[in-house]
Amino acid sequence: MPSDALFTGHRAYRTERMMDKVMRYVFSIVAASTVILLIGIFAFLLQNGIGMFQKVHPFAFFFGTNWNPNALAGAAWGMLPLAVSTLLVAVGALTFAIPFGLSLAIYLAYLAPKRTREILKPVIEMIAGIPSVVLGLIGLLFLSPLVARSFHLSNGLSALTASLLVGITVVPTIASLCEDALSSVPGRLREASLALGATEWTTIRRVLLPSAASGILAATMLGLGRAIGETMVVLMVAGNSLAMPNGFLDPVRPMTATIAIEIREVVMGDLHWKALFAVGLTLFVMSFLLNTVTDFFLYKKKNT
Amino acid sequence: MKRHSAFSQAFFFFLFRGSACAAIAVLLLVIALLLFSGHAVISWQFLSSAWQQQDIAKGGIFPAILGSIYLGLGVMIISFPFGIATAVFLTEYGNHSRWRRLIQLAIRNLAGVPSVVYGLFGLAVFVHIFGFGMSLLSAILTLSVMTLPWVITSSVEALEAVPEQFRDSSLALGATKWQTVRRIVLPAALPGCLTGGVVGTARALGETAPIILVGATFFLTHLPSSPFDKYMALPYHVFILSTQHASPHAQEFAAGSALVLMAITFLLSLGAIILRYRFRRKKVW
Repeated sequence: MPSDALFTGHRAYRTERMMDKVMRYVFSIVAASTVILLIGIFAFLLQNGIGMFQKVHPFAFFFGTNWNPNALAGAAWGMLPLAVSTLLVAVGALTFAIPFGLSLAIYLAYLAPKRTREILKPVIEMIAGIPSVVLGLIGLLFLSPLVARSFHLSNGLSALTASLLVGITVVPTIASLCEDALSSVPGRLREASLALGATEWTTIRRVLLPSAASGILAATMLGLGRAIGETMVVLMVAGNSLAMPNGFLDPVRPMTATIAIEIREVVMGDLHWKALFAVGLTLFVMSFLLNTVTDFFLYKKKNT
Repeated sequence: MKRHSAFSQAFFFFLFRGSACAAIAVLLLVIALLLFSGHAVISWQFLSSAWQQQDIAKGGIFPAILGSIYLGLGVMIISFPFGIATAVFLTEYGNHSRWRRLIQLAIRNLAGVPSVVYGLFGLAVFVHIFGFGMSLLSAILTLSVMTLPWVITSSVEALEAVPEQFRDSSLALGATKWQTVRRIVLPAALPGCLTGGVVGTARALGETAPIILVGATFFLTHLPSSPFDKYMALPYHVFILSTQHASPHAQEFAAGSALVLMAITFLLSLGAIILRYRFRRKKVW
């Protein structure tokens, strides 16, 4: 191919130079579109949701305790029960997913024989690949009756049931990020500690976990972000109640589920539409803050 | 003191091993429970015929399977070129600039945006502003935007695995940057990029929340023949059957459809993972 040999002809050489310049622009523009996309998502959420705050004071929206869009005698737009539901489910999910994920990571990073690791890692990837609607179905069919029976509830659809299943969706994220953090601790730290006579466990607890602490924290925050954003599981098994929850055994309705339930009955541009976009905007801002903070954490770690 | 620490080591290591067993158990349990409640409805008729709204036992989920396949293909067609090109920019052209840092931050954030928020975005932009309506195209675009950060992340990994010497030798021979990327870097990294992308697509296929928002349907009179047609999709089918259907057998059929959905996503990602593994073993750099 003549265009390959740079010195066979002046013209071919010039074309290649041109192409090189053109492609550089093409790649930069495509890459820049990711930033534009993120800003675009924010802008459209804002454009559709901001109208809510002109009708309802932001304080009343965020801290009102009554969410009742379809009430005939004046709709109520208090998001607090939804936000509390979201936090309840997310905290419940993390209290079980962090220990589980972290111990999986420790096992993978230090204890597992190579063979086991090659089985366990795809297994974790496959757990991450279980569609959340399938977990929701399992929750409806098996877990919620089990929860109802063990806690003597009339209905097993509760924050606890949702927490357990959301936890399963979060475990792979936490496990793989924690494992990355643990494996990036230099091997000489471990060797030095063992050479001083510390046991394996003391080494893990006193040397390796502290050195990986920032990575583990980052994993926790990303896990929290995923737990807050999980929709299908909470839509199906959280119990769908708008009352302010009092504990893990109460039925709840997180923010994500509320959007998914109500959006299809809504006309574009009316107040309910704006309210749901305002809820979406809140979710976006929460995940943006979590991810940006985590990113700076990880970036700083990488460069020191 | 010494005995105490030996005991606690044994105890905690037991827990760590236990967590590994628990992870495997969770996966097997999910599969077993689905098989238990859904195996009875799986038949050739269930997989290959049209959905019957009146008597669900008479029909099949073929339109939903086909819809999901269309969605998967559409997502690949849109998100792969964009994702791989962005990854090429980050690894080959970025040179640790501030710009590159900003793009990385954007990607991490895009990966963290809840799927239901992507649904809202798709609803406002693709369904209403672009006027695509509740169509296959709107769903493909929405899911593609959601899949994009996953494709980028895995492609960056694949591109970074290509040894630096490859690039240096090519440049030293007088090739331009683009020639190096096209002839050397991309061919070496492409299998890795594609497998990562397929895993991402498999995950997108299982997502339900975005397609609830941008409008899948539960019943079709005819199969979609253009991107602007209405569509059914497996995860949405599972969702409606399990929560909003009156038939006493609905749960069973939901489990059956969930089995098919799981089979498709697992086969896709397992195939991709095996390919990647093979590919990695064959290559000696």
